[in-house]
Amino acid sequence: MSENGGELDLRSLDDDELVKQIQDDLYDGLKEEVEEGTRILLERGWPPYKVLTEALVGGMTIVGVDFRDGILFVPEVLLAANAMKGGMAILRPLLAETGAPPVGKMVIGTVKGDIHDIGKNLVGMMMEGAGFEVVDLGINCDVDKYLKALEEHKPDILGMSALLTTTMPYMKVVIDTMKEKGIRDDYIVLVGGAPLNEAFAEAVGADAYCRDAAVAVETAKEFVARRHNMRGAAVTI
Amino acid sequence: MPMASASSPAGSPPGRTLLIACGALARETLAAIEASGLQDRIRITCVSALLHNRPQHIPEAVRAKIREHRDDFERIFVLYGDCGTGGELDRVLAEEGVERIEGPHCYAFYAGQDVFDALSDAEPGTFYLTDFLVRQFDTLVIEGLGLDRHPELLPLYFGNYKRLVYLAQTEDPELRAAAEAAAERLGLAYEYRFTGLSGLAAFVRSAG
Repeated sequence: MSENGGELDLRSLDDDELVKQIQDDLYDGLKEEVEEGTRILLERGWPPYKVLTEALVGGMTIVGVDFRDGILFVPEVLLAANAMKGGMAILRPLLAETGAPPVGKMVIGTVKGDIHDIGKNLVGMMMEGAGFEVVDLGINCDVDKYLKALEEHKPDILGMSALLTTTMPYMKVVIDTMKEKGIRDDYIVLVGGAPLNEAFAEAVGADAYCRDAAVAVETAKEFVARRHNMRGAAVTI
Repeated sequence: MPMASASSPAGSPPGRTLLIACGALARETLAAIEASGLQDRIRITCVSALLHNRPQHIPEAVRAKIREHRDDFERIFVLYGDCGTGGELDRVLAEEGVERIEGPHCYAFYAGQDVFDALSDAEPGTFYLTDFLVRQFDTLVIEGLGLDRHPELLPLYFGNYKRLVYLAQTEDPELRAAAEAAAERLGLAYEYRFTGLSGLAAFVRSAG
């Protein structure tokens, strides 16, 4: 590795070193460095999706693990997410050009009465990084907003987020309304947020509780694959 | 404050009732105990207020306090709301056979549930401060959220908030000025509501 004026020259690194360096820079929340590294990999002919998964998602996964283990805290995760967002902004238009079909589609929003969106935004970003199309409804979403989005976007997954003990019961209102309308089983319903747990998810009738963004991605992939398999089996029968 | 701390001097009889409180409520709980004249009957021990930012650790911290003091008191009560534990604190308290003050958090039992609900319904993007949180604003909010090191994170944390409501337990011009300065620092509209200690005092009296 060569140093230039005390700063690391990213162009001097080979591909493997550069990916590792982007992951380190992402971990440290260095947005400009992540953006530069992303551009260099693209210039070297890397497909956008490979840059996304190996450098950005790979780096953010390490951040997620260290957050779960209590090594990193929310400020560091936010800085890392902001750095990843910088790289994603470069890659997003290129990914759209490739026309690759998304792994699945997710509608996500923070429930009515709640304006907290840090966790939801992380989930949305990581889902996008994993190849899902994400429709973000924002904060303070009432049942009508969720249902309208389901009808309009026809996603595989509905994701609901809440940070407050006082707002998380609203998830049941949404799921119960879906049941009343006979559409509950048309969607995979994932819920998340700091005060939630598996028992709550089960009690409100969700398919799963996702304790963090990495778990949300893995859970979403698993449920979507299962769904596709079931549909495939139905067609075969 | 030996009068109400859980650790009694050697040879002195313990109080009949122990309140296990969030450290953020220590000063106010002591004031409520004194105002009720229950100093000889109620003692208090606290769990670190730093758990305000890490509520997942609250249930087991409270359980540890209950088990530490169970044999020394006739009754134990807990001065915590659900405080973002998602029902986990209540599950632990049910296992331990201990009751807590009603309400989701201290804002509700200071302001009264109806008043708090009205405030939240009127503006979900409301950030609340109490006397304790005004005093500890720099430690718990600015440093606790990393805003001292990374002020650029302010919009990520507070971008969806619209106003700061100071729920005041005491009429203190200095705290009032500090709360207003906190609102300005966070870029939020400011509102002042005096709550006093009535909600807390009623629970303390019933515990005594």
